[in-house]
Formats: sequence, C-alpha cells, structure tokens
Amino acid sequence: MSRIDDANRDAVDRMIEARPRLVGLDAAIQAIPGMRENLLLHAGPPITWQNASGPLRGAVIGALLLEGLASDARQAEEIMLRGEVDLEPCHHHQSVGPMAGVISASMMVYVVENQTHGNRAFSNLNEGYGKVLRYGAYSSEVMERLRWMNQEMGPSLAEALGAGDPLDLRALLAEALHMGDEGHNRLKAGSLLMLRHLAPRLAKTCQDAVRLERILEFIGANPLSSLNPVMAACKSMADAAHGIEESTLVTAMARNGTQFGIRVSGLGDAWFEAPCELPKGLYFPGFSAQDANPDIGDSTITETAGIGGFAMAAAPAIVTFVSGTPRDAHDTTLEMYEITAAEHRHFTIPALDFRGTPTGIDIRQVVEKQITPRINTGIAHREAGIGQIGAGLVRPPAVIFEEALLAYAERYDVG
Amino acid sequence: MPVVLAELRRGAYADSAILMQLQRSLQELPGVRDAAVLMGTPANLELLQQAGLWTAEAAKARADDLVIVVQAETETVARSALSQIDELRRRRSSREAGHYRPRSLETALRTFPEARFASISVPGAYAADLTREALAAGLHVFLYSDNVPLSDEVELKKLSASRGQLLMGPDCGTSILGGVGLGFANRVRRGSIGLIGASGTGLQALSCMIDALGAGVSQAIGSGGRDLHEAVGGVTTRQAMRLLAEDPDTGVLVLVSKPPARRLAGHLIGLAASIAKPVVIDFLGFPPPAPRLGNIHFASTLEEAARRAVELSGNRDEGINDPLPPGQFAPPQRWLRGLFAGGTLALEILPMLRALIGEVDSNLEAEPSSLTGDGHRIVDLGSDEFTAGRLHPMLDQTLRIRGLLQEADDPGVAVILLDVVLGDGAHPDPAAELAPAVARAKQRAREAGRNLEVVVLVIGAKQDPQGRDRQVARLEKAEARVEASPAAAALLAARFVKASGETPQQEMPPVDRTPFQGPPAIVNLGLESFYESLIDQGAAAIQVDWRPPAGGDQRLSALLRKMK
Repeated sequence: MSRIDDANRDAVDRMIEARPRLVGLDAAIQAIPGMRENLLLHAGPPITWQNASGPLRGAVIGALLLEGLASDARQAEEIMLRGEVDLEPCHHHQSVGPMAGVISASMMVYVVENQTHGNRAFSNLNEGYGKVLRYGAYSSEVMERLRWMNQEMGPSLAEALGAGDPLDLRALLAEALHMGDEGHNRLKAGSLLMLRHLAPRLAKTCQDAVRLERILEFIGANPLSSLNPVMAACKSMADAAHGIEESTLVTAMARNGTQFGIRVSGLGDAWFEAPCELPKGLYFPGFSAQDANPDIGDSTITETAGIGGFAMAAAPAIVTFVSGTPRDAHDTTLEMYEITAAEHRHFTIPALDFRGTPTGIDIRQVVEKQITPRINTGIAHREAGIGQIGAGLVRPPAVIFEEALLAYAERYDVG
Repeated sequence: MPVVLAELRRGAYADSAILMQLQRSLQELPGVRDAAVLMGTPANLELLQQAGLWTAEAAKARADDLVIVVQAETETVARSALSQIDELRRRRSSREAGHYRPRSLETALRTFPEARFASISVPGAYAADLTREALAAGLHVFLYSDNVPLSDEVELKKLSASRGQLLMGPDCGTSILGGVGLGFANRVRRGSIGLIGASGTGLQALSCMIDALGAGVSQAIGSGGRDLHEAVGGVTTRQAMRLLAEDPDTGVLVLVSKPPARRLAGHLIGLAASIAKPVVIDFLGFPPPAPRLGNIHFASTLEEAARRAVELSGNRDEGINDPLPPGQFAPPQRWLRGLFAGGTLALEILPMLRALIGEVDSNLEAEPSSLTGDGHRIVDLGSDEFTAGRLHPMLDQTLRIRGLLQEADDPGVAVILLDVVLGDGAHPDPAAELAPAVARAKQRAREAGRNLEVVVLVIGAKQDPQGRDRQVARLEKAEARVEASPAAAALLAARFVKASGETPQQEMPPVDRTPFQGPPAIVNLGLESFYESLIDQGAAAIQVDWRPPAGGDQRLSALLRKMK
C-alpha cells in the first residue's frame, strides 16, 4: 500500500463510517453557517448571475419573490444585475440542493448530523414533481406551495422530529437499496420509510387534522420526499472524508447548470470545473434533447457517497431511462467498482450477492481507465419555469479529473 | 395533416420507465411524428394536451389506465404503430444481455478470485507493468507480448523466480497447461510427455508430432524467446524443469530451444541430469556432446526429439540415473579436477563435461588454459610437458598420485576424475598404487571436514593381465566410484558437481503444481481471440477489456505510475 492508498483508505473509511441522522428542521438563516438575508445558495460550483442557466435564474427569481426582496421577475433580475444579493454554492455552506438547489434565508431546511464525526449538513424540502422552484418555476402555484411548505409543513415536521429519536438515514438508505431504490433517481422506498418514521410523530404533535392530512398526503404522494435529507446525509458522509492529506478521493461532484465541478479530499477547497454535458435519457411527451438544459444540481452528492448511479444494480426498475436492461444496471455498478476505493460496508446490493456499493471515487482510477462516474439525473427544461422534461444518465467531463490529477501532482510534488 | 390516434388499456399498470422506453420505440417508427405511452393520471393527461396529442379517446382515461397515443403522417401509419406495441415490448425484453467485462486485472480478480494465470497480449510498451501487477497478484503469467525491453524481462523473471511463480514469456507463443492451449497451440492428446521450449513453433511442431505418434502431452511450457539469453539465465526453463520433474503425470521431459548461451547449456543439461526421469534435449544447432548421457537423450531435430520422447514414454524406467551415494559437500567445494593418463579419453569427456557443468579448463586444446587456481579442470598427464624425462602415466603413476593428493587438499575441490587403462604393456597393477592413494586422499579430505568424491574410468577387458574385475573391486574398496564408459564417468562426476555448491540458482522456491493439474483458471488481457479459444477449450476464463492507461496520454500515465 502506498501513502496515497493509505490516505484514501482513511478517507473512505470515514465516508463509510459516517452515520448521518436527521435531527430536525429549521429556517436556513438559523441553521446554516454563514447564511444571511441577502444571500442565495445554489447548486454546483460558484457561478455569477450572468452565467447562470435558465432553470437557475428562474429559481433565483422565485427565491427573491419568496423572501419579499422582489415583487416581480423583472425587479428580481435587476436586483441580481446590481449585485444586491449574493450567490454562493450550497457546498460552501455544508448544504446541498437538488437541481437549481436554491436555498434562501427563510426556507426550512433539514438538519442532518453525522453522529460518528459530529459534522452537520443541510438541504431544503422537496416540492415534488411538475412545476417546481428547483426546475426554475416561480408561478403563483409554485410560490404558494413553497409558502405552505415553509410556514406549515416545515414547522410541523420540526416539531414531530423533536418528539422522538432522530431518523437514522444510513439505516434508511441501506434498507431502501434492498427495496429497489438507488438513492438518487428512485427514492420510492426511502420516501415511504421516511413517512413511516414521521407519521406517528406527526400524529402525536400536529393538532390540526386538516394540516396533518395535507402533510401526510404531500409526503406520501411524492416519491422524492426523501431525496433532500438523503442528499444531506451523503453530504455529511462526503464532508467527513474531505481534507485528508494526500487523498485522491472525490468528496464533491456538483453542477450549476453551466459548469460541472468536483472537489478532491486532499486538494482543499479548489473546484475543478468544465462545461456540463447534456444528459442522455428519455423525455416526457412533447420534449426532446433540444429542450434540455445542461446537467444541473447537487444531487450527484449521492454518487459521491456510493449510491445513485453507483447502486444501479439495486434498482433495475429505473434502467430503462436510458433504454437499458436490468443487465445494464448490473453492469453500471460493476463498472463503478473500477474507479472506487472500497465497497460500502452498510450499503449492499442483493442482486450482487450483497456486495457493498462502489464507494469513494479515486481520480487516479478515473484518469487511468478513462471511466467517468455514472450519474442518474432528472433533466430540466432549458427555460426557466417549465420544469422537468425527462430523466436519464450523464457523466462528468473527463477533463476535470485530469485537471485535478495535475493539480494534485503540483500540490504534492509528484514527478 | 397529421393524424392522432389513441388506445386505452384499462387497469394495465406498467412502470413509467418501461412506458418511456416503449414510447421511444414508437417514436422511432417510420412515419411517426410523436408518441406517448403513459398512465392516465391528470398530470399526464395535461401533458398530452400540451403536446398536441389530445384525443377524445384519451379524455376517457383514468389514472390506472394505460394510454397509448400516436401522432403520424397518415392514419395507416398510426394504426400500424398502435398494433406494434406488444411486439415492441416483447422485442425489448428478449434483447440479448451484454456481459460486463472488467477493465483491469484488479477488478477482474475481484469477480474471479479463483484465477491463477494471467494471459497477457497487450502492446509491448504496457506489458511489463501489467506483468508486474499480475505477479504481485500471485498469478502465473503467460506473456505473449513481444517488444518488452530485456532489462524489464530480467527484472520480471527475478521477481517471478523469487516468488515461485512461472513467467512464460515475453514473446511466448505457446503453452498447453492442464490440457488447455494458451496463445497459439494445437489440440493434441493428453499424455505423459512434458514439453519445455523457448520456441513457440518448436513446441507446436513437437506436440503435433508426438500426437501423430500416438502419445500425448502432459504440459507444454513456453519459456519465452529470450529465456535462454545469458542475461535472463533460463529462469523459466529451470523452473519448468523442476515443475515437470515433480509432476506425477509427466514421465518424460523434452527440452527444445535455439542454442542457449554456453554456460547456460551446462546449467540446464546438468539440471536435467539431476532429474529422475528421461530428458530429451534438442538445442537446435547445438552439437550434442553424445547421443546420450545417462537419462539425457540428445536429439538434433524436432522429429528425432519427438520419436525419442515417445519411445521413452513407453518405457519410463529406462535410462533413469541411479541415485547418488549420500554425502554432503562442504560449502566451498564445487570444482571438478580430472587427472588423465589417456588423452583421447580426456578429449572425449571434455565436451560432455562442458555440456553438463559449463566451463572446464584443460591442456588439451591448441591454446591451453591456466592449470592453476579455481575452476573445473581436466589435465592430460600424458601430454609432452609432463612426460619429458619420465615414463608415461600409464606406466608410472607417481605424478598422478601426487596430483590426486594435492587436489584432495584443495578446499574448493569436490570431485576428482581419473582414468585407468589396463592391458598388455600397461602398468601391471595400477589399482595396487591408486586405491591406497584414493583412500588416503579421501581420508585427508575427511579430516579437513570435507566429503571428496573420486570417479575412476576403468578401460579394460575381462581377460587383461591385470584382471579388470580385481582392479575395479580394489578401487571400489577404497570408495572410488568406478565407471566403464566416458559418458557414464562424465555424467557421474557432473552430478556430484551439481550436488555440491555449484548452482545457487537452485535456491529458487519451487512452483506449486496444483494450478497446473486441471484446466487452468485464466484472466485474459489483450487479444480477444485468445479468450474465445480458452472458453472454447473449456477453461475458466475472464476477458479484461484492457485499454492503455489514461487513454495513451504519456504525461498522465507517467504521473499515474508515480502515484501508485
């Protein structure tokens, strides 16, 4: 074992042994370190308003409307053009958000704590499918739903979670993988498991029967309910593995709709970026690849932590998104073993004889074998406000792993 | 004017992913402009309206109904498309499943941990690194690739030898292991003849001839084109010889190669002499020192080698050497010294010894070598420089006895070789002088803590005046080892030399026989046709989809090598 292998072993052990638990919900401004009134968090590596893609712009407008900082879209755009509100990556604030990933000060966020190492991670609430802020929609129905989520559902969930033990998200994921989820595109089982945890606590704490029914219906009807807490869980696992001297493991993969960026454990806060590619997948009726926005979202934190596309073999039901067969799902996971440092001890795949999921992307292996990580993703329309138009697979651009390798060589005086 | 047709299937739930897949199949049909296959939920029906796929039929759908809508150029096309939906679904599910091919040796071994061999046929520039990796993983390696630098080969074989692993190659064309051919090989009968060769085509020809003669092959081990190069030192050949010597399924060994480096030929023939099985040697173009030396049979063509091996395989006990008498040599003992009275006998024995033990100095050639110091040495005491002013040693043994005792005192000497020629006109009773001298020489060596062997070649007829049997008996009583032919004397002397400290290479750990016994379990990296032929022969094999590291980028792969 070389020194690099040792460092990677250390990092991946931390990632695997991290035990994220959902401990509560709170307003972003209360919970997220460094959050402020005039700050919006977004998915992916840093980006300016000028370079932001349609869905991100739409989500930013919606968030400004939600916060009452703008009264209409035009005013919101002017605010951003004048630089009165800052944009910073969720990842710079221990947070992650799906698709546009926009989090504003008043939004309720899930608080996830890694019991093993003590670090926390945050993510917003999931709005469901259709016209939603994370795909850049900001129509009045979107705003109304967000307000309800922040003012009624969020506080009720916070109260309910306060009434019992935290929800062990690592255990939830382990179980969901045995129920046909891969943890990124398919969270049907995980969401029901989460509902199963919340429902009795909600029943105990929520006195308003109408509100209770709406919350249960809303969470139960949304197969992506658990995506956001799962992403925060993955973030807390990846962060536990970050900052290990000499490690070549990837600790963040994220897209802002324009650029795809990665971070490497042993390379500090640097992002290695290149333009996002278009996902390959299947489109809803009436849409095609021409309508698609380049890849967007922090949800690639799931693949970073060893699930999502890496656990495809656990979720044969979703492979047809890329005109595949269950055999392809199997092969996808096998391929990811090529570029990872370990097999997960808690996340296992029944169809592979309970082999652990491939965990801990090693930039050396990616560059050597020219195999980039496989990512399951939703596809956003390129224009703000239209929403999801399909789903499929995407890979990060290979060049960012090569750049990271060169930066590593310079930082550690290799060669 | 495009036509939109819809079909409803009540209560026919299907996963949305499968539906999207079907939808795409419909969209790909000629003449179809757009299509939708979805469950009739309100949200989906709204989608249909927005996409211009709305029909009266679709309007009747409920959430648990399957809705299929086709927009086509003509009604005929639309109807035909709708009628194909079940066929499309069936075709999708019966599509052949591809098999995953690992991209590296490491991941191949994770799914195929029972593998014990790697067959490597990648471009030469990458072969050494890959071989190093395979050896580190504990695999025996069949290395077909050529253009591997000699320095890499030397280093890799040092590594494989030290770990008891077999590195067949580089530039190894053929092996047959446990009945399975690797690289280029012929489907020959299995049998008791074990082949070792530095030449792939040589092995192929030999195995085919053996098959045609009705016999068969236990193992054929290719050693690689340069294994018998001086720098490489025949590492693989020597390992393979020991492997087959111990292999209960191998009765006869055949060694075939281009002529090896001279010193190496000595090592190999000497090693062959230590094997308790017949060994047929065909060093193409190398003059055989004798048709046969004990268990070693020299052939000068492949066909002769094949015939000889087949004959011997039918009669295994023939030509197996007697076991050596017990006796441990002291560490510094390694040299052979010959003190001859008969120049012709010495001349005949000299090339045999050289074939068996390598360099031997002598005064028999036009430019005599040094007759003092370390080294194997044959001295003809009948030559002019020794007979000036004294009788020929066939009559006067004073000089020989003095020499014998001198050599016995040399701590480096392990074996002394003498000849005794009887007959009319010769010394009347040479054993009467020589036997006590032998006894004294052995005694002096013993007192100095050494075991000294004395081999005596006795040439004589039963009726000779000295009485051949009496002479032999007397010498044997003095514990001399008596032989009646130059070849037998040379072989025995050489075997004693081999048993002394002369061959440190023998410290190589032996190769474990087990993986060679049945059909081998192989990871194939490189030529796919090799993999297919392995599978076809019933071997357990896995194909690695190998590609040059970093896509062949020199700068990145150099970095990666430093970051292992």
